[in-house]
Amino acid sequence: MSRVLIISTCAEKLHELEFVRPIKKIIEGKCDFEIKHYSKVDLSFVKIFDKIIICGTSLKDNKFMENIDAFDWLKSFNGSVLGICAGMQILGMTFGDRLKSGPEIGFLFEEFSEEFLGIRDKQEVWHLHNNYVEFGENFDRFTNSKILQAVKYKEKEFYGVLFHPEVRQKEMILEFLKK
Amino acid sequence: MKLGVLFSGGKDSTYAALLAKRADHDLVCFLSIESENQDSFMFHTPTINLAVRQAELCGVPFLSKITKGEKEKELEDLKDLIEEAVAEYNIEGIVTGAVESVYQASRVQKICNELDIECFNPLWQKDQIELLEDLIKNDFKIIVSAVAGYPLDDKWVGRVIDNKFIEEIIQLNKKFDLNPAGEGGEFETLVVNCPLFFGELEIDDIKVSGEGNSYRGEVELK
Repeated sequence: MSRVLIISTCAEKLHELEFVRPIKKIIEGKCDFEIKHYSKVDLSFVKIFDKIIICGTSLKDNKFMENIDAFDWLKSFNGSVLGICAGMQILGMTFGDRLKSGPEIGFLFEEFSEEFLGIRDKQEVWHLHNNYVEFGENFDRFTNSKILQAVKYKEKEFYGVLFHPEVRQKEMILEFLKK
Repeated sequence: MKLGVLFSGGKDSTYAALLAKRADHDLVCFLSIESENQDSFMFHTPTINLAVRQAELCGVPFLSKITKGEKEKELEDLKDLIEEAVAEYNIEGIVTGAVESVYQASRVQKICNELDIECFNPLWQKDQIELLEDLIKNDFKIIVSAVAGYPLDDKWVGRVIDNKFIEEIIQLNKKFDLNPAGEGGEFETLVVNCPLFFGELEIDDIKVSGEGNSYRGEVELK
């Protein structure tokens, strides 16, 4: 059975009920998992996990960006990673891409150009972000939207989504567990 | 953090407030919108007049505003009310009881983002049955204050949410796809007592009126 690490990016503990607990509920009973705040995680710790999910946080919470070096372990981690919203931004920033401002809030349709963790075609997804990453050539793109919604790092099994799959694309998270 | 709670006096907003308090935040005011439109998408608060008394029982100041309930105007009214709370109580964020409603959640998120304050939704995506069970475990005394959905009728108004209620609502969910937490307006609730209250809301009488599968209770306090 996979060992999964769920990483919280929330500066406020109360936000974990909104951004971490829903992920926990989806994977509960399907794998062994542990939940940690990013500030308590380093390379020696993450090595014991096969898969990592980096959760999102609130619109106003940008504390993780001030501590982006805390995610340097991503460069050496060889398991699978799913970055959700803030987690996707962290993937981009860690591999040298640029953060830009572009708020999207609410239910919006996104068209997937090809299958991404079991998701395809047009999907209504839950957006909650003020920033996004302008991804470079290191990442494959799965939507044609101006603001990229789904990417995969070419060299590893690292996936990023800007929307929140825990709201209406729960099966995407379960598909990630199979990677 | 100093927080204002979007408070209807029902189970979700009250439980969200309790979770915020337990996370060591200061609940500095409760905010309620009273909609004149019974079909408002944003505000389902048939017992809003009681919210004032509930806020007193929590020892938390209460701010309210009446809205005509026109679709976009009611959002402006909500924004005005939150701005008032920012000015008067220096709130740094809002707490809501949103569980599944993306319509309500996205609009409150946008308002908070515009005002540059935090938005906390501690019940977001919570399993509906688990939510009801949590309320009982946490010593909430809650009654049904209104119903609007088949096969609910006048006998449900005034009922206490207990384990028997949960068993029945699970059956109705299986049989009629009724939302077990009433988030779609199938039923409205009134918190009579909970760990946030210094005492119980003392109910004298509940006058039930309505027809078909739509009934509401007018609660009279002692």
